[in-house]
Amino acid sequence: MNQQLRRHIASAAVIIGFFVAWELLCIMFGIKDIVLPRPSEILITLWSRLPAIMPHAVQTLYTTLVGFALGIVFGVLLGAMVGSSRLAYDVAYPLLIGFSSIPKVAVVPIFVLWFGAGTVPAVLTAMILCIFPIVVNVATGLATTEPELEDVMRALKASRLDILLNVGLPRAMPYFFASLKVAVTQAFVGTVIAETVASNRGIGNLMMIASSSFDVPLVFAGLLVLAVLGVGLYVIFSFIEVRVTGWALRKDEFALGQ
Amino acid sequence: MMSTAFDVSLTGIQPAKPTVSSQPEIARGDAFVKLENVALTYGRGEHRVHALDATDLSIERGDFVALVGPSGCGKSTILKLVTGLLRATSGYVFVGGRELGAEPIRVGMAFQNPTLLPWLKLRENVMLPLKIVPPFRQEYRSKRKTEFRDRIEALLEQVGLKGFSDKYPWQLSGGMLQRASLCRALVHEPQLLMLDEPFGALDQFTREELWSIMQSLWMTRRPTVLLVTHDLKEAAYLANRICVMQARPGRIISESVVSFPRPRTIAMSYDPEFAALTQRLRELIFDTRPTTTEAQQ
Repeated sequence: MNQQLRRHIASAAVIIGFFVAWELLCIMFGIKDIVLPRPSEILITLWSRLPAIMPHAVQTLYTTLVGFALGIVFGVLLGAMVGSSRLAYDVAYPLLIGFSSIPKVAVVPIFVLWFGAGTVPAVLTAMILCIFPIVVNVATGLATTEPELEDVMRALKASRLDILLNVGLPRAMPYFFASLKVAVTQAFVGTVIAETVASNRGIGNLMMIASSSFDVPLVFAGLLVLAVLGVGLYVIFSFIEVRVTGWALRKDEFALGQ
Repeated sequence: MMSTAFDVSLTGIQPAKPTVSSQPEIARGDAFVKLENVALTYGRGEHRVHALDATDLSIERGDFVALVGPSGCGKSTILKLVTGLLRATSGYVFVGGRELGAEPIRVGMAFQNPTLLPWLKLRENVMLPLKIVPPFRQEYRSKRKTEFRDRIEALLEQVGLKGFSDKYPWQLSGGMLQRASLCRALVHEPQLLMLDEPFGALDQFTREELWSIMQSLWMTRRPTVLLVTHDLKEAAYLANRICVMQARPGRIISESVVSFPRPRTIAMSYDPEFAALTQRLRELIFDTRPTTTEAQQ
């Protein structure tokens, strides 16, 4: 317990040290705000402009979460299909890989053309960016299910749906949660890309406007907000992951906790 | 007192006859499980493997039959055919007097590995068949916290796992998992119990203990059991009838009736009669093994 506390303190010290070093280096070499603002300035800007930044942050978070939720729904459905059917695997994999190779910035204008500028293209961009890791991981989890576990179910004359729900999907959960941590950060990237290209709201849009007026501290404040949101969601999903898939990690907290 | 404790009768080796009769009758006498001229081939062309050659086998309701033989002789194949995990290339498999798949017969199966689901507690693992198999399936929601739960606690207690139902599989030893696996095979009161070397991976003390548990479970519930094993002592201890198989192509070459009185004890297994039976079986299996020169070809 004591050792764990010491580890936490050590890691926190290194992170704070990084920002302190940044601050000191900026002062020592006299780096101007317009090139690289000091962390203290970024924090001050963030605090003083919070009322203006807040609606954008909420907008970005909302867009990201909606896109992420859609990504989970379609990702799991697609992943279940790809993972349980040979034909779907052969058809979907080349398509998926091809699709994920396309730079998503190039797709945003198409979404704008279809749905108009605003929230919808941002949601869709977030969705397609986070869907790929989810599909691949769920499919891998299903495809690597031990045949013996399926035999247990088949000896009981279980239907394919029963096998999927009772063996396949639970078995794929560790893979699914591993992908969620990647996917949630990807969803943020998608949202900000779309907001930068075609939106009048959101952190992406805020940063776009700030940089065009050379308000560099505000740009960095926007980056900070994104980083904090990203870390926050990552932490939330890690927490859920330990709760749901502790059996794979063989965590004692999982066995004892309800 | 055990002068005629066993008798070994050779059924004779039959040539392969992959003939398919026109219409099988539905009723098949008293045999609960009946294999008629069943053959199974894996793969195609050059990679064809004759796993099982025209095999006949019948098991009475409530009987305990063991299949022994060298590895790769198709023991597990027969098991999978009867369970429906595999389909015969030719011939017929009847379970409960009907062709397989016609009527739902409740089947319990235990494998060499415990194959418990690692994300479920022991109780939930053992309860799995009740969640899947009718008629329990329909009552699962209403009874899983009351009647089913009590039933599982009682069953776990019977195999010496009282107080472990809230543990996850990775918190338990191999022997404990195998006990739980037996519980899972029995919880839905199967008419047919398939055991695929379930004691093979255990140490001798645990194995002998589980034999005795298995025997008492069989004596109280009387399911029809088909046990696959390569342990002759195990077969002689547990089964009423032992079928010896030969490899490549797999077929049953001999059937022995074991008539030691029940409940049998481990001490009985040191009896000369018992030793003579296992020795006879050993010789049968040794004789049928391909010689080294044959195997190299």
